[in-house]
Amino acid sequence: MTHPSDTGPAPVLALEDISKSFGAVRALRDVSLELFPGEVHALAGENGAGKSTLIKTLAGVHRPDAGRVLLDGAPVVFHGPGDARDAGIAVIYQEPTLFPDLSIAENIFMGRQPRRALGRIDHKATHTATAALMKRLGVDLDPERPARGLSIADQQIVEIAKALSFEARVLIMDEPTAALTGSEVARLFGVVRTLRDQGSAVLFISHRLEEIFEICRRVTTLRDGALIASEPLDGMTEDDLVRRMVGRDLDELYPKQDVEPGEVALSVRRLTREGVFTDVSFDVRRGEIVCLAGLVGAGRTEVARAVFGIDRWDAGTVEVDGKGLTNGAPSTAMAAGLALVPEDRRAQGLVMEMSIERNIGLTGLRTTVKAGLMDRDAERSRSLDWAVKLHVKYARIADTVSTLSGGNQQKVVLAKWLATGPKVLIVDEPTRGIDVGTKAEVHRLLGELAAEGVAVLMISSDLPEVLGMADRVLVMHEGRLAAEIPRAEATEETVMAAATGRAAA
Amino acid sequence: MPDSLTRAVRWDTVVGALLVVLLLLSFGTVDGFGNALNLSFLLGNTLPIALIALPMTLLVVAGEIDLSVASTAGLSGAVMGKLWNDGMAIETIIPLCLLLGVVCGLVNGLLVTRLGLPSLAVTIGTLAAYRGIAQIVLGSNAVTDFPTQYLDFAAGRIGNSFVPQAFLPFLVLLAIAVVVLHATPFGRSLFAIGASEEAARFAGIRVRWHKLILFTMTGLMASLTGIFWALHYASARYDNATGLELSVVAAVLLGGIDFDGGKGTLGGAIAGVFLLGALQNVMSLLNVSAQSQIVVTGVLLVVSVLGPRVARQISVARAGRRAASAPTS
Ligand SMILES: Nc1ncnc2c1ncn2[C@@H]1O[C@H](COP(=O)(O)OP(=O)(O)OP(=O)(O)O)[C@@H](O)[C@H]1O
Ligand SMILES: [Mg+2]
Repeated sequence: MTHPSDTGPAPVLALEDISKSFGAVRALRDVSLELFPGEVHALAGENGAGKSTLIKTLAGVHRPDAGRVLLDGAPVVFHGPGDARDAGIAVIYQEPTLFPDLSIAENIFMGRQPRRALGRIDHKATHTATAALMKRLGVDLDPERPARGLSIADQQIVEIAKALSFEARVLIMDEPTAALTGSEVARLFGVVRTLRDQGSAVLFISHRLEEIFEICRRVTTLRDGALIASEPLDGMTEDDLVRRMVGRDLDELYPKQDVEPGEVALSVRRLTREGVFTDVSFDVRRGEIVCLAGLVGAGRTEVARAVFGIDRWDAGTVEVDGKGLTNGAPSTAMAAGLALVPEDRRAQGLVMEMSIERNIGLTGLRTTVKAGLMDRDAERSRSLDWAVKLHVKYARIADTVSTLSGGNQQKVVLAKWLATGPKVLIVDEPTRGIDVGTKAEVHRLLGELAAEGVAVLMISSDLPEVLGMADRVLVMHEGRLAAEIPRAEATEETVMAAATGRAAA
Repeated sequence: MPDSLTRAVRWDTVVGALLVVLLLLSFGTVDGFGNALNLSFLLGNTLPIALIALPMTLLVVAGEIDLSVASTAGLSGAVMGKLWNDGMAIETIIPLCLLLGVVCGLVNGLLVTRLGLPSLAVTIGTLAAYRGIAQIVLGSNAVTDFPTQYLDFAAGRIGNSFVPQAFLPFLVLLAIAVVVLHATPFGRSLFAIGASEEAARFAGIRVRWHKLILFTMTGLMASLTGIFWALHYASARYDNATGLELSVVAAVLLGGIDFDGGKGTLGGAIAGVFLLGALQNVMSLLNVSAQSQIVVTGVLLVVSVLGPRVARQISVARAGRRAASAPTS
């Protein structure tokens, strides 16, 4: 196969001097980009750098204020995802866009189902094709299941399957791996390599740098909406890339502090939710960071939801500081000092149409109160404090969170919960979609919280993060705790072995 | 950039302005509008809508609705008439009727929060059921001989002014509702629940408890309205206040409370109530036929659902233009 060189094949897709503003925010300024057939191209940049905006402009979701899009050298204007698809461009957006009431198969073949005579939809063919896609991605999802209730990771898999369901010449993926674990990522990359070898062009966004180096050949870096560089990855180091993205050297990504663990703060005993997880027992001590690892669908998120009271458990107990929690009551869990940063920021973490200020304020409805009334000044300063502490990039604190970039939305969710000063902090994929700079910052924060005596339970699909931050790793496999691995023995191999059920518990 | 420039075109302000314009026009051009008797009719007839609009606004902000309010009002009036006929003291009857309203609201609330049924369906059901019970209780009788001091209070005006005496308690209730919705954690929770129930739950907000309180308060206010209605018009019949729920919902939506929940202000809702009330009054004075009045109300309802959305889009577009013309730094 051919590789792009400066004089080689023509770009299949190109952007020329694209600019795009939202109100006073200049999300893109004069950005150009060329995608060649047979290459996987990375798009890198901090949260809010303009990556998603670039993709949406390309796909016709946004109209550029200036500049053009060229397909095979000819200018085109896409009026929406449908147009882009018809031109052979598959786009996976950062936020899944599934129809909750349709089945997985219907979502994947939306609007272009295989037909039988008289135009009737061929359900059997749709089902078979979906099952084949799932097999190709190596996941076990029933094509007839409705999209409602799928975990974020599963939703992302369905989006990927949707994009793969037609032979795209250009595949654009906005953080497709953010919620996936190692083995799902490996499968996805296998599929991407096949597409690449068949001559497709792939544009890939990820905040996990090791993934960029693994699969991409060239990288385009954006900073504050401006193009910094478009260059081959050969010979570059992670530090080089980080410097392009943030304009400076980075602190240590996993600033792990050694903390002497204190009393048991969270104690979970024989917790069972039928058909979801079984007989889960563990403790988290003050000052400890315990990671819950496992494959997508192992039941990690479900355990966290039950502990916090979102779902009821069928058997077992949960105690915070020795006091039992009420089954299915988030408000009492909160009052006992528990905080949960949920996995789905758009549906669970945030009220999208509310302001940044009020979203952070939602967890302070008991504290920022004077004589029974909201203390607006206290609410504002509490929200501002935490938004600043987490470097949320926003125009005004009264703007709705829907105008923030994905990573900045995630920071608001963190801010909202850190502001409660929890005793026990459960974080479900806390750095999903967060750039390296902020990731280091979040890790430092979690470390500091632990040092102050907070018990931290972290669910993460990012194995380096788990290995870098955990004092202990609890590994779940098919709804059960499969292993408990102390920091000293935790390696990629031991964790993955337990997660895939290869190790004895 | 000055803040006033960036502020959105707010629908509740639009409605308030419309109300002022309508009042000024009517004073100037409509014969008989400005006289004290007509104004007191206007306020007295609008008061029941306004009373129920208070809890209804909170309910719609939280993403729910109660269509059984007029039936609850009718039932309370009917029970009041029946018990009065049976010789019970009015001082006992009124608390009992209010309690009945609480029960009616509680039933709605429990059906919605415990069984997870949509409130539209539940309250269409209880709309029929409560009205049916009212008819069983009172039959086709009309009870009119309530004690005069009560009748006088409900129909009387303050001194020589056109303001009904019952307007003062309403203002107190309005003030309470404004504070609850816009200045307490409870009200803040309602906005969160209406905008995203799931996110509210994940923030530790007790969604079902909030909704139960709202339905119960709505029942209470509906029965208070039913009692006021029977006294104001000196007539307790099973079909009192029939159809009032439509006026209430229309007025609340007209006032910019988003039917999908999560948006709106009480000021807007009350402006909507009085805009609708004044419009109906003016149309009657101008001898507009009842049918045409219904058409106008219907058109208003459609406008009120569209209006806030259009206003929002205009303000977004204005923000975009401003940014485009702003000097590039
Ligand atoms: N619809 C919108 N309205 C207003 N501002 C927006 C809108 N969409 C994006 N922005 C702003 O444009 C900038 C770029 O956002 P974008 O989503 O492209 O960032 P990103 O590089 O994808 O970041 P992330 O890594 O966090 O996903 C941000 O400052 C964001 O707040
Ligand atoms: Mg993005």
